[in-house]
Amino acid sequence: MKIEVTINGEKRQVETAGHRRLLDVLRDEFALFGTKEGCGEGECGACTVLLEGEVVNSCLIAVGQVNGKSLTTIEGMADGQTLHVIQQALIDFGGAQCGICTPGVALCAKWALEKEPNASKERLRELMSGNICRCTGYQAIVDAVVSAQEGADS
Amino acid sequence: MVENKKLFSVGQDIGRVDGVAKVNGSAQYVDDLSYPGMWHGMTKRSEVAHGVLKAIVKGAGSGETAFDWSDIVVVTAADIPGRNTILLMEEDQPALVSVGNHIRHMDEAVALVAAPTRARALAALGALEIEVEELAAAVTPDEALKAEVKIYGDDNIFKSFLIEKGDEDIDTLLASCAHVVEGTYRTGAQEQMYIETQGMISRWDGENCHIIGSMQCPFYVQKAMRTLLDITDDALVVEQAVTGGGFGGKEEYPSMIAGHAALLAKKAGVPVKLIYERDEDIAATTKRHPSVVKHRMGFDEAGNIVAIDIDVVFDGGAYLTLTPVVLSRGVLHAAGPYRCANTRVRGRAVATNTPPHGAFRGFGAPQTTFAYERQMQKAAKALGMSQFALREKCMLVEGDTTSTSQLLKGSVGSIEVMAAVKEHDAKALDTRIDDSAGASIRRGRGLAFYFHGAGFTGSGEARLAGRATVALSASGQFEVRSSSTDIGQGVRTMFSQISATALGVEVDAIEVVVPATNKVPDSGPTVASRTTMVVGKVVHEASVALREKIEAWAADKGMQGMGLREAGAAMAREEGEVAITSQYKPPEGIEWDDETYTGSAYPCYGWAACLIDVSVDLDTAEVTIDRCVHAVDLGKAINPTIVKGQIEGGTLQSLGWALWEEVIYKGGKVQNDRMTNCIIPTFSDAPEMTTILVEEAFDFGPHGAKGVGEIPMDGPCAAVVNAVEDALGELASASSFDTLPLTPEAIGRALRSVS
Repeated sequence: MKIEVTINGEKRQVETAGHRRLLDVLRDEFALFGTKEGCGEGECGACTVLLEGEVVNSCLIAVGQVNGKSLTTIEGMADGQTLHVIQQALIDFGGAQCGICTPGVALCAKWALEKEPNASKERLRELMSGNICRCTGYQAIVDAVVSAQEGADS
Repeated sequence: MVENKKLFSVGQDIGRVDGVAKVNGSAQYVDDLSYPGMWHGMTKRSEVAHGVLKAIVKGAGSGETAFDWSDIVVVTAADIPGRNTILLMEEDQPALVSVGNHIRHMDEAVALVAAPTRARALAALGALEIEVEELAAAVTPDEALKAEVKIYGDDNIFKSFLIEKGDEDIDTLLASCAHVVEGTYRTGAQEQMYIETQGMISRWDGENCHIIGSMQCPFYVQKAMRTLLDITDDALVVEQAVTGGGFGGKEEYPSMIAGHAALLAKKAGVPVKLIYERDEDIAATTKRHPSVVKHRMGFDEAGNIVAIDIDVVFDGGAYLTLTPVVLSRGVLHAAGPYRCANTRVRGRAVATNTPPHGAFRGFGAPQTTFAYERQMQKAAKALGMSQFALREKCMLVEGDTTSTSQLLKGSVGSIEVMAAVKEHDAKALDTRIDDSAGASIRRGRGLAFYFHGAGFTGSGEARLAGRATVALSASGQFEVRSSSTDIGQGVRTMFSQISATALGVEVDAIEVVVPATNKVPDSGPTVASRTTMVVGKVVHEASVALREKIEAWAADKGMQGMGLREAGAAMAREEGEVAITSQYKPPEGIEWDDETYTGSAYPCYGWAACLIDVSVDLDTAEVTIDRCVHAVDLGKAINPTIVKGQIEGGTLQSLGWALWEEVIYKGGKVQNDRMTNCIIPTFSDAPEMTTILVEEAFDFGPHGAKGVGEIPMDGPCAAVVNAVEDALGELASASSFDTLPLTPEAIGRALRSVS
């Protein structure tokens, strides 16, 4: 089927089978390799993208489901060369180590702070618990997201 | 002062040099790479734990028409140009089981397929049939030690060690002790669970082979390929792609995948990408060795340790891989960081018909650390002493000797880490019973104290003689060239800081080259808490020598007073590239006897203490970690943020191993090969962590730095288990807490067995 989708503000289209995983179509058809596969079953969150502003695992979405909708991938998070405040905080606080989970973590943090700008630390941990990181023990990521949250307040 | 700070970046929080690429998604991991005409490879695996491979048949498949093999390449052992082995320590492990030979574990590679698409490769895998004569298997060490099924040699023992200290008979001494504490401690396999699964791409240009992928040790891959592909070093390039975590899991196994990808690419005549699926990665690649540690400690009335007797058994799996070295580190740490004149440690690694176990952060020490820190908790109770008091009384300090009779001199942070954690012991446990929802909550506190030898064991670093190059390139850029891979731990950033500080330039003047075997010297593997301490030292020395060379050249040209960047640029214009390669020379006085296992096991040790508070819900048997304070002596933090990240990450891996992580086997086959059922901690499971950096300088490390990569994995596990025991007290027997993981199911069983 013909899929029309807005990705990072740009209208894109592709002719493909509607049952293909959104993850594969993003990587193989649109060359958006920032969306990663970690488990292929919705556990790890490495393939997180925002669909109509909501956080989803792109390995669990058939591309037919995004027809006519809008997506944000990690490639659309920075404003040109200027990193999003969450991305910068992840660097400053050491929230990215090996980096394979980082695109998903960054997008999920953006969603969490937009959804609940005043979320407590505990609540942020809950909101982000669909994204697994094996390197950091999560502390540096939590500290980075809280810092971005405080930056947004001031 | 600001200027000085910029030129002396060691000790400062520089954001990681590869940070932007990692947060904006542009970093290219192996699965993000492709080459024109590239095909996709997959691995056909055994479905028995032990058997003889009788035939490999291109079958008809299960479709309505016979499977079309015309666009499929199949590789078997018969296609191997060199010797059929993945060489690291011994040649026992084949790259592919050959027809007529033994399959020794489930999910062992027997054949490979490649096709233009993954879908076609998957279909081919389904149509490829293997015929096997199944044999009796020994899937546990107990079964294997009977030696009825022969897996390795006559007795199935890969390696055994004996450490003996003191002249007196251990059994006699123990019989005379006022208090003897005994226990049997069991730990299971642990999956590294790097979020990037393993993978490689290989392509050939005539007789020249290029391999790129996810790995810790490019020169280990090179060594294995020499034998397997019968290829010279000149004809082979092994290059690291951005690597999504390793934790030891990408130390040895990448050689297997590299070999498979190269064999497929050679036969197919096109580049071949071989990326593991998650279930395949969990089922087939190496994990932490399951262990059984029997431990006896005798104390006098005052709480001094009189004698220690330990028996360590590790399950090595079906092939040797790195098992002897893992066992070595396990036994060398087994007696713990405690003073005792009479010690006996016996260790054995046993071959079983399970997928080989291998390197995982800690490398044998976490298993034996769990045992001795459970012992210390029990001993303190038996002696009526506080958990701190007993450990403070017995802990090794400068001037003491370890179980191998190594005299500790310098960089012993035992007193400091214990004091740092003890400050946090003043805060009382929250003893309010939360019965808001009718729940019954018990709270407890646990302590653990431990050490970890940094670098290769004994004379290992002298044998390795790791080299690194610091160069002023022809274009005037400073480059650090080493084979130390950045797998997330931040080595590229820390080497930038070490080199920039030695050269007296800003960090952004340094490019740390991504390792490829044709671009960097062999610095030794990226393992064993050695990278900053050992290779960082070599980088420091080469940088100092390069600076002196540039300064001498500038002085000669009458250019005094010019900054080093400018002088370097001028020198590069006239002289072209200037490169200094240094080689590691271990500190004096490191004497080690491999025969008797006595002497200086490691050049120095990291020291750490961890204090943990937990809540245990008696209705659900769930454990919540309320607080985690971890003090680690690392000599010097080259980059405090990065090193804290190492400690916190290792801490959570240890806590996960204690409470949740469990690889379940049935008949030698992994039963939970998915992230859904092979669980690791999430944001919600992890506690807020307080990390304290203690800096007892190691004079021979760069700026005093010593190893830190592994030590955070060793002890938090025992601290949290000790806390759970403290919380539940009389509600369960002490031995209920001697087997990992302490899942809610295990705690529930322990509670029911007493009530």
